[in-house]
Amino acid sequence: MKISVVITLKKDVLDPQGKVIHQTLDGMGFKDVNEVRQGKYFEIDTKETDSDKAKTKVEEMCKKLLANLVIENYKIIDPK
Amino acid sequence: MKSSVITFPGSNCDRDMDVALKKFGFKNKMVWHADTELPKSDLVVLPGGFSYGDYLRCGSMASKSKIMQSVINFANSGGMVMGICNGFQILVETGLVPGVLLRNKYLEFICKNVFVKINDKRNKYFKNVNNEVLEFHIAHNEGNYFCTNDQLKEIEDNSQIAINYCDENGKIEDQFNPNGSIKNIAGIFNKEKNVLGMMPHPERMIDNSLSGEDGSLFFKNLINNLK
Repeated sequence: MKISVVITLKKDVLDPQGKVIHQTLDGMGFKDVNEVRQGKYFEIDTKETDSDKAKTKVEEMCKKLLANLVIENYKIIDPK
Repeated sequence: MKSSVITFPGSNCDRDMDVALKKFGFKNKMVWHADTELPKSDLVVLPGGFSYGDYLRCGSMASKSKIMQSVINFANSGGMVMGICNGFQILVETGLVPGVLLRNKYLEFICKNVFVKINDKRNKYFKNVNNEVLEFHIAHNEGNYFCTNDQLKEIEDNSQIAINYCDENGKIEDQFNPNGSIKNIAGIFNKEKNVLGMMPHPERMIDNSLSGEDGSLFFKNLINNLK
């Protein structure tokens, strides 16, 4: 089963990379962008076949390694 | 006095630290990250470098390596643990010291000498250092110290800020902040002040003909405080 996780920076955390991407987009002519925030995306292929159990495990992975909860939020995307 | 320097895959200041520790009288051992047992030590150092290629977040992989459980136990039982640069990043990832280190504010790798002001001397790292200001070297891409407002209040209430970026006279201002760190923080302690994480490299300032001697002051003082 494949489970996806999206990690984003929390609202109050400065994202200098996102800012530069925003500026570059602006310079390219994409003038209507309000803000860009850069994040991370993971695809985890697990042997677990029960989707609830798999989600619980992935949540543990997020808390222990994939995200740093001081600055980041994680969102687990429902397995298909 | 016995010290241990942990080498992770990608550490590159481990041997510099070994040279510095030995120069000032430590009997130092190099410890491999995959070992599980820490040799008997009065000081454990997590050195600078790019452990695991800075994958995921700087220090995140190293913080889960086998030896780290022993280092965490050692720190929790009052042992002296010092993390320099990538070592500081590893310490924040273990949770031994609060906060995180973000990408530098202006997105550039910074490599230069800086001045830091000692904020608190009631600890074994800086007790009896005569100077208020030290000149150290920094070389990092992710040294922008960040923590939540609640954490900042706690850090300040417990005087956990070890050193702040400043000018040569000890003035702590925005213009002397190289990387955007909250409150110009260059290094912090855990609550008990036996764990110190800092971005500057004292081990690069131990020879007058190469750099400066403020690192020598730091190490000489440290070994005396541990005796």
